[in-house]
Amino acid sequence: MRHAHHLRIGPVGFRIGSDWRAPIDAVADLYRDYPAPADGVADYTVRLFAARPWRRWMRPAITLGGDYLLPDAVPMPLAWGVLAAEMAMNLQLALGERRYLLLHASSVERDGRAVLMTGVSGAGKSTLAALLMTRGWRLMGDEFALLDPESGAVHAFPRLISLKNESVGVVQAAVPDARFGPLLTGTPKGDLRHLVPDARAIAMAAAPATPAVLLFPSFGYAAAERPVPPSEAFVRLTQASTNYTALGERGFDALTRLVQRVPARAIDYPDTATAVAQVEAAWAAA
Amino acid sequence: MGGGLKDARILVDALRDPTRTAALEPEGWTALIACARAEQLVGTLAERVAGLPMPPRAAELLEAARRSADTGRTAALWEAACAARALAPAGLTPILLKGTAYVAAGLKAGVGRSIGDLDILVPRDRIDQAEQALLGAGWEWVKPDPYDDEYYRRWMHELPPLIHRERDRMIDVHHTVLPLTARITPDAAAMIADAEPVGGGLAVLAPADMICHAVAHLFADGDLAGGLRNLWDIRCLIDEFGTDGLAARAARHGLGRELARAVRLADALYGSGTDLTLVDRWYVRRLLARDGWGRATRPVTRLAFYIRSHWLRMPPLMLARHLLTKWRKGGPGPG
Repeated sequence: MRHAHHLRIGPVGFRIGSDWRAPIDAVADLYRDYPAPADGVADYTVRLFAARPWRRWMRPAITLGGDYLLPDAVPMPLAWGVLAAEMAMNLQLALGERRYLLLHASSVERDGRAVLMTGVSGAGKSTLAALLMTRGWRLMGDEFALLDPESGAVHAFPRLISLKNESVGVVQAAVPDARFGPLLTGTPKGDLRHLVPDARAIAMAAAPATPAVLLFPSFGYAAAERPVPPSEAFVRLTQASTNYTALGERGFDALTRLVQRVPARAIDYPDTATAVAQVEAAWAAA
Repeated sequence: MGGGLKDARILVDALRDPTRTAALEPEGWTALIACARAEQLVGTLAERVAGLPMPPRAAELLEAARRSADTGRTAALWEAACAARALAPAGLTPILLKGTAYVAAGLKAGVGRSIGDLDILVPRDRIDQAEQALLGAGWEWVKPDPYDDEYYRRWMHELPPLIHRERDRMIDVHHTVLPLTARITPDAAAMIADAEPVGGGLAVLAPADMICHAVAHLFADGDLAGGLRNLWDIRCLIDEFGTDGLAARAARHGLGRELARAVRLADALYGSGTDLTLVDRWYVRRLLARDGWGRATRPVTRLAFYIRSHWLRMPPLMLARHLLTKWRKGGPGPG
């Protein structure tokens, strides 16, 4: 394609092609400290293109493409180039990945032991991961944790952290000097701004960690905690995995092993300070 | 070789002669894998190039594709077993078609192949019983649109697609080979009569019929989407079964011309090469319409084959009515 950029996030290499220069420039800038794909071979190809030739110039709209796609993707404005690239990269993993069991979870690590946080959109996965990153944790990712079925370790996927609505202000206040992408208003997920993970998260992106505790956070409730039995954790994680079914028996084995070995807790929190304390306590106790 | 390759020649070359991949640079591997994924041939490619020298990351991706095809094979055979179990009380032995048939019969065409829906063939006079048995065993309608439903039932060679409500897998129940409106009318009854059991209450078509069915599927139905994979199937089947009696059988099904074309194209793309007619070259142009980014290219050629697919399928007046109805509903065009 006319414009292209190659990068690697954790173990996953991408080739991003675009009909326009702007999205590639924006992605290349935000991901400037990330390495190139391993051995020069991209795991996935992503395409940002104009569905009709004239859409390149007239009311330009980005259609998402790649090795794997969902039918009926809605085109987005050219100004949302970074979001388009991020969504297209996520889609490749969600639909195409077969080496790792994909968990829709954020994760942070300390001393080689990882906390996995999973929950519905709005539960605070990204916000908590970003705030923990500012408190000395190594950020592994705010969207996907990659569980290796053979070793039981999780691999990092520290893409740009996707902050939405109120969490944009919360995190900006916590790390005013961090690098942010442009503020995108009126997206399907509301106001959205990307945060570049810190230097440590990028430098250690290739290092896996041992899962230590599994958390199911819920925002907007009085502080409360309860242990989650392995059976419930299993069912919730099958729903939080995009490729559990596709991995067949390997997926089942990987997930049963995870929930049997790793304690799980549901944490309700009214504010982020409470949640951070709950996460740190859960990790220390595990 | 860069990522800007103009057509799918890189994929065809690698399938025909896997050692040619030795010349690929890393970008070439990225392009090859993207192209193979887009053509649903990445598992096949992985099997072909396994063990050859390549960048470690390429080997890792292809190993994952191999494993994925293996999981897909297990799931496809399980789905076939479920269908057999549902149809057995009605005294029906489903005849497996396409990918599931190749893996059930342990054929080369099935090695590494991606398998989507389950396709089965049952006698036309038993189709209502098959439908009732499947509905009773957890399959449900996919198409809620009454026009589409009526269209399938009146004119097509298969029931409207059904999906299993628990396993989320589709089944296409065929009662003949091509749409009832198509100009070519293969002898489905003869195919059914000569089908061979493969155990587990399942059967597959006899070798020559299996090839004829693949040929009909490639050239007499559809717009050649996925054509490289279908042609690879044909190449493997011919390689394994030979061509004894094949031409006569194809002639009986009205597919003589299509078989001859399939043999020429398979030779040209996946074999040692052969002379092609001008029309053959047009087919090659369509089959290779995919670039190193995995993009569909040559929109005019694609559109021509899309129109051709409808032209083959129905008489002109009916085609006009059909396209008008679809257009009003904002329906599909060439992808």
